[in-house]
Amino acid sequence: MKLLIMGFLTGLAFGFLLQKGRVLRYEKQLGALRLIDMTIFKFMLSAILTGMVGLYLLHDLGMVSMSIKQTILGANIVGGLLFGIGWGLFGLCPGTAVGALGEGRWHAAFGIVGMLAGASLYNAFYPALKASVLTWGDLGKVTLPDVVHLNHWLVIIVLAVLFILLFRLFERLRL
Amino acid sequence: MKLSTGDGWNPYLAGAMVGIVAILSVAITGQFLGASTSFVRAAGAVEQIVAPERVAQSEYYQSVGLRVDWQIMLLVGLLAGAAVGAWSDRSFKSEGVPPMWTGRFGDSVWKRGAVAFVGGAFAMFGARLADGCPSGHGLSGLMQLSLSGFVSLACFFAGGLVVANLIYGGKRS
Repeated sequence: MKLLIMGFLTGLAFGFLLQKGRVLRYEKQLGALRLIDMTIFKFMLSAILTGMVGLYLLHDLGMVSMSIKQTILGANIVGGLLFGIGWGLFGLCPGTAVGALGEGRWHAAFGIVGMLAGASLYNAFYPALKASVLTWGDLGKVTLPDVVHLNHWLVIIVLAVLFILLFRLFERLRL
Repeated sequence: MKLSTGDGWNPYLAGAMVGIVAILSVAITGQFLGASTSFVRAAGAVEQIVAPERVAQSEYYQSVGLRVDWQIMLLVGLLAGAAVGAWSDRSFKSEGVPPMWTGRFGDSVWKRGAVAFVGGAFAMFGARLADGCPSGHGLSGLMQLSLSGFVSLACFFAGGLVVANLIYGGKRS
C-alpha cells in the first residue's frame, strides 16, 4: 500500500514537471523529430545528466542498487525502430500520452487505445518472438562502462561533456 | 539563462528536477521510472473480461503479472500532475487535433485519431519488444548507463526521424 502511494506521489511530481517543461505536446515531440525544436532533448538529457551523477554516487556509497535491463541487440534494434515509427506517427510516447491527456489534449486517447492494442498484439506474437528476435545478440545485463572497460565516472564525465556541447549547439542554433 | 521562458519553465531546469525525482524514487522505494509495462497490464486486464482462460494461459501476461502496481500508480499520478500543472498556469486546453498536424493534414479529428491509433499500436509493440520506452530505456536506462538504453534510444530516434520527415516532407514550418 505504501509503495502504491509512493508511486502516485512520484507520478504527480513527474507529470507536473513534464507539463511545466512543455514536453507533453505533439508540437514539441514532432519538433524534435523534425529537428526544429529540441525542447524534449534539453529536458531529457538534463534529467539523465542529473540522474546518472546522483544514482552512481548513491550506488558507490552502497545506498541504492541498480536495475540494469538485459541488452538483446536484435530486440532493442527491431523494437526500437518499430517504436520510432509509431512515435513519429502518434507524436507522443507512453508516458507523455498519459500526461497530454491530463493537459486536455484528448486526441492522445486514440493513441492510448492504439497502445493497448499494440500490447495485446505483442502478447499474441510473444511465443514466436521469444524463439527468434528475442534471442538475437543477447549480451546480458551490461552497461556502457562494462563494454568499453572504463570506470563509470570516466564514462559519466565524457557523456556530461557531450551533453553540454549538445546544449550549446541547441542554444546557438536557437532550436 | 532564463528560468521561465514565458511559456512554461526552462526545460533544462524542469528536466534536472525530474532527475532528482528519479534519484529520490530509487533511494526511497527502489523503483525506476518507466511506463510501457503498465499498458501490458491494462491490455491483459481488458482481455481478461473477454477471454479469461486465454489470459490465464498466456506466458507473457503471466510473466508480467496482471495487478495494480507501483508503475500503474505512477501513471495515475502523472495524469493528475499534468492536470495540476496545466491548471496552475492556465495552459489546459481541450484539443482534438494538434496545431502542427492541422497545418499539414487539416482539422479532421478522425484522420488524426486513426493515425494516432496506428502509431500507438506500432509504438507499444516496439516498446515491448525493445523492453522499454523513452522513460524506461531513455531516462532510467541512460541514467544507469545501460547499453540497452543507448541502443534503444538511438533506434527510437532514428525511426521517428525518418517517419516525421516523410510525413512532413522535410519542410521547416
